[in-house]
Amino acid sequence: MSIWLWIIAALAAIATLAWVGLWAARRLSGNAPRFRDMSYGVAFGYALALAAIAGGVWLWMKPGAVYFRWAVMGFAICAVAAFVFRLAGRHLGPERLKRQFRKMPLTAAFGILVIILYAVVAIFAAWIAPHGQEAVLGAANVVPGGDPAMGGDPAFPLGTDRIGRDILSRLIYGAQNTVGLAFATTLLAFFLGGALGLLAAVVGGWLDQVLSRGVDVLMAIPSLIFALLLLTIASVWADGARGLMTLYMVLIIAVIDSTRVFRLARSVGIGIVVMDYVEAAKLRGEGMGHLVFREILPNAMAPLLAEFGLRFCFVFLTIASLSFLGVGIQPPLADWGTMVRDLAQFINFAAFAPMVALAPLLPALAIAVLTVGVNFVVDWMLHRSSGLKS
Amino acid sequence: MTPLLEIRDIRIEGRSDEDWHPIINGVDLTLGRGEVLGLIGESGAGKSTLGLAAMGYVRDGVRISGGSVVFDGIDLMTASAEEKRSLLGRRIAYVAQSAAASFNPAHKLIDQHVEAPVRHGVQDRSESVEDAIELYAKLRLPDPDQIGFRYPHQVSGGQLQRAMTAMAMSCRPDLIIFDEPTTALDVTTQIEVLAAIRDIVDQFGTSAIYITHDLAVVAQMADRIKVLLRGDEVETAPTREMLEHPREDYTKSLWAVRGFHRPEKPAPGPDSVPILSVEGVTAAYGEQVVLEDVSFDIHPGRTVAVVGESGSGKSTTARVITGLLPPRGGAVKFEGETLPAGYRKRSKDQLRQIQMIYQMADTALNPRQSIAQIIGRPVRFYSGLGGRRLRARVDELLEQIELDPATYRDRLPGELSGGQKQRVGIARALAAEPRLIICDEVTSALDQLVAEGILKLLARLQDELGLSYMFITHDLATVKAIADEVVVMKEGRVIEQGAKTAMFTPPHHPYTDLLLSSVPEMDPDWLDRLLAERGVEALGEAATGKM
Repeated sequence: MSIWLWIIAALAAIATLAWVGLWAARRLSGNAPRFRDMSYGVAFGYALALAAIAGGVWLWMKPGAVYFRWAVMGFAICAVAAFVFRLAGRHLGPERLKRQFRKMPLTAAFGILVIILYAVVAIFAAWIAPHGQEAVLGAANVVPGGDPAMGGDPAFPLGTDRIGRDILSRLIYGAQNTVGLAFATTLLAFFLGGALGLLAAVVGGWLDQVLSRGVDVLMAIPSLIFALLLLTIASVWADGARGLMTLYMVLIIAVIDSTRVFRLARSVGIGIVVMDYVEAAKLRGEGMGHLVFREILPNAMAPLLAEFGLRFCFVFLTIASLSFLGVGIQPPLADWGTMVRDLAQFINFAAFAPMVALAPLLPALAIAVLTVGVNFVVDWMLHRSSGLKS
Repeated sequence: MTPLLEIRDIRIEGRSDEDWHPIINGVDLTLGRGEVLGLIGESGAGKSTLGLAAMGYVRDGVRISGGSVVFDGIDLMTASAEEKRSLLGRRIAYVAQSAAASFNPAHKLIDQHVEAPVRHGVQDRSESVEDAIELYAKLRLPDPDQIGFRYPHQVSGGQLQRAMTAMAMSCRPDLIIFDEPTTALDVTTQIEVLAAIRDIVDQFGTSAIYITHDLAVVAQMADRIKVLLRGDEVETAPTREMLEHPREDYTKSLWAVRGFHRPEKPAPGPDSVPILSVEGVTAAYGEQVVLEDVSFDIHPGRTVAVVGESGSGKSTTARVITGLLPPRGGAVKFEGETLPAGYRKRSKDQLRQIQMIYQMADTALNPRQSIAQIIGRPVRFYSGLGGRRLRARVDELLEQIELDPATYRDRLPGELSGGQKQRVGIARALAAEPRLIICDEVTSALDQLVAEGILKLLARLQDELGLSYMFITHDLATVKAIADEVVVMKEGRVIEQGAKTAMFTPPHHPYTDLLLSSVPEMDPDWLDRLLAERGVEALGEAATGKM
């Protein structure tokens, strides 16, 4: 019960602070329009923000709050990196690129930086990684940090897992496996769902009915369970062949996710099909290919691209969760989802040995950063394409 | 007596691409009590922005950078949000162009009507409802006791516009700003709304700013007229003086717009084969029959105007001719040869012969294709030209529509003005080298000056290329300017048809008469005279009698 009393007392204190602050600001500034027209709700928001900052500073001072300090530092480093990246983009390279960077918000610069970094890491994994992803090296359960006094080893800066594989190398190879597969799967899902959705929008009638009802049936089954079911069947067909198993996984996730893309593409397409320029093209006698790919697709691009960013993250998380459950990317291939599962037990040490608990958090962080980065870029693209229209 | 509203040297800027560019550059405006001021100008002249600024309000991305707005001694530029709130809706009201888009579709009219009086504490809810019914009666809405209890979609456009005027009147404001309240309405509906607005403004002695681009409308409504051009004032004068002796060249050019007139071409000989014959066409959407036994001919090189109110079946006729809507009965013949009913069954050459130009150039041009792509596609599609010859043909077409190829070839439609977009729409139709072009309300979304330019261009192209036009419009001024023959439609039937001069000379069919007499004229007494002729007693008197 006392927690509720604390919350109520804190809210009351903030409310008083807001009221006093607003009154004082009005008096001190001689009733300037800025404060005169400020509503109490806005003042409360400012007071709340102030309280949150104060709470943050207090938490920073507390000796136990290691993760909070890391998070704040990480945030600051990301912000600085994005700023430097944008600054570089504004002064280097061809004029067209410079102009893009000049209008870019910091979030988008961060997203692009993240995507470039991940792409480089994924492509050059074999050169960057110090060890192979499957290599079992002597020491098992080396603690991250590389400090021998704490149970680390300078040869393995991020430690090793239960059977002694280098976590840094596996993280790097994981980018290749997880991101690469997710990208391929999303592309496939978009090709399938986008083409069929736009086709359903243009043709309408019975084709639309058949496709839409089919999609409804697929969507009615919870996607993760459906994927698990299909993968179990597929694993019998694959008969232990690892490459075939991965291919089946890509196809299954692509088909399941294409249903969402289909829905979006169809509804966007229906809005465009009624436009006069599509009618003009129809009356000209244009074929279906021209209608879909030249007249409709370019205008459906903005929402589809936004969906692509989101869908990529979902596919990525689906692959990670399937791998976590043991039916996705098969060991010994490195994959972030599997890594989280393998190292999950170390999370129990978080309270007294933060470094040990870092091991499962690193692959999770890799997933989270990419998800955030991709969404930042997509937001920015959406903003730009909607700005062009006005 | 001090003026009610005084705007001094107001400067307004809009933001685009991180820069502020001027929208209004230092305009003065004075409005006396009970006076109606007309604001006219082309689109983009800053009429609406100035109208909103009179309420001390600007849209998002726009700011007032200088000048003052004083309403009845209150400086709206420095007034607090609280003070402004007590004025807006209570003493200053606003009537928007599209009532359909401005009413909240989720609430009944009456609930939206009473909001302002109840909130401002002028009346309680039941008083306000009674007052609303009285206002509805004064504005001659049908069934005033009940109409307020309907939702916006259950009421017609003209009625909604009157309901909105009633709503603006709910607190008996001192000033109402009308922003193009009749632009979206048919001529016959427009009259009712105009008469209603004028009488109610007269009766309560309300001051008003009436924004419009239609000169004939403003002539009926305003005591004084102010002409704006790209954010600058051109001139201000009392209505009669302005109409009779415009001082500035720009004003004169506005006045002269309706002067464009093309003589009727001589009637075709008896053995002339019509390029298009519509023969007894009946068409339906599902069960709903929308066209009944429609027949007319279009002869080569002539312009046939199809007129009627919205919903009369004009555009449906065009859909039947192009093959988008296969008819239930009857046939469409092109040069004596029956066309297949659906466009999918027509040959490429049959499709090429009939082209369309659309009303809304915004939706008629693909926003993601450059002008060269838009115009080049039909050229390539029908004639198979490519490379340098395609480019040369596109440039030639651009020159025909009076746009400079070097400047416009690579632009996107979004970078063109409304009139330029419509010209590109014409070029796309020409690119197919058709014999017949169907023009569906091509000028009704444009300003009068721009519309005149389009009409002149179409006339010139007809002379040069021997084109035939089917001209769908509800604007009889356009018909007078360009048509050779007129087909009047109502509720899916052809009411009357014949040569233009014959059609514009009495006696007419009663419906044609109603249509013709509803077109506003540039004479300030026109509305009074018309209402008197139609035997409608002045609304104010009718309402007073009821009270």
